[in-house]
Amino acid sequence: MNYLLRGIGVVATVGVVSMLAFSLPSNQAHGDDGGNVLPRLTNKAWQQECASCHIAYAPAFLPKASWQRLMGTLDNHFGENASLDPATRADILKFLETHAADAGTSQMGRRVMQGVGAKDAPLRITETRWFVRKHDEVSRTTWSRKSIGSAANCAACHRQAEQGVFDEDTVRIPK
Amino acid sequence: MTKHVFLGGSLIILGMAAAVAGAADSPASLAARYALEAGVPVSALSAPRGEALFRTEHAGRNGQSVSCASCHTPDPKQAGKTRVGKQIEPLAPKANPERFTDAAKVEKWFRRNCTDVLQRECSAQEKGDFITWLGQIK
Repeated sequence: MNYLLRGIGVVATVGVVSMLAFSLPSNQAHGDDGGNVLPRLTNKAWQQECASCHIAYAPAFLPKASWQRLMGTLDNHFGENASLDPATRADILKFLETHAADAGTSQMGRRVMQGVGAKDAPLRITETRWFVRKHDEVSRTTWSRKSIGSAANCAACHRQAEQGVFDEDTVRIPK
Repeated sequence: MTKHVFLGGSLIILGMAAAVAGAADSPASLAARYALEAGVPVSALSAPRGEALFRTEHAGRNGQSVSCASCHTPDPKQAGKTRVGKQIEPLAPKANPERFTDAAKVEKWFRRNCTDVLQRECSAQEKGDFITWLGQIK
């Protein structure tokens, strides 16, 4: 009986410790992998709200000034109404600012910023010099394939885009 | 002793059931709420009017013709697609039981999508009609 209880105690302790070990670093970078794998980030509102229409684009793809412009014009978000209640909007904006390209929290962000002027606040990730250079071998006809739709559909080719993985091995361009 | 455990267990289960019932909205409860807001009896909500709202084409923001069906497909039991290609789960509760179970979410999407399709917000009566139509799809 005593051994049984002790056994249960040990199993429970190991369980709690490993749960903590896996949950603690979820908000920080682990393995930036040469800049093509993004830090795993968690923000419930960002994932829930932004990802209802497109993938939750990573904050590191645009500078803070861009996110401020975007989140300030959600009632006309590229031609669609994507308005949010003020509390949710503020929560998401704070998260985006904290991890933005110019926040210094990711290798990917540093690369994006190399092509963005100090006063620039681009609204489209696809317009940044970094994005254009990275995709210069993709033709216009490829972008407009039915299986892709537009350059905004990262996950059409970057099969692990939703997990923040953008390295070449995970790319498969659909027919 | 066993009696106490049994009683305690039943109370917990009852409590959980009550919590779940209290938190969740349903197509019927939402339709009733919109009828109340519109000042009409639930029986005055109309499925055919709801279907017409779904299918009618309007001049969209960029001049192109647009309706609910443009993204949701003409069959509300089918999955639709957003403009950037992300899947939209079916609108009909028959095909997607999560539909119309969260009042805040329902209000958010009516606000956004009515503005996009109709260039104005929908009235409470229109929202009630819409849910009534989708709720009775078999």
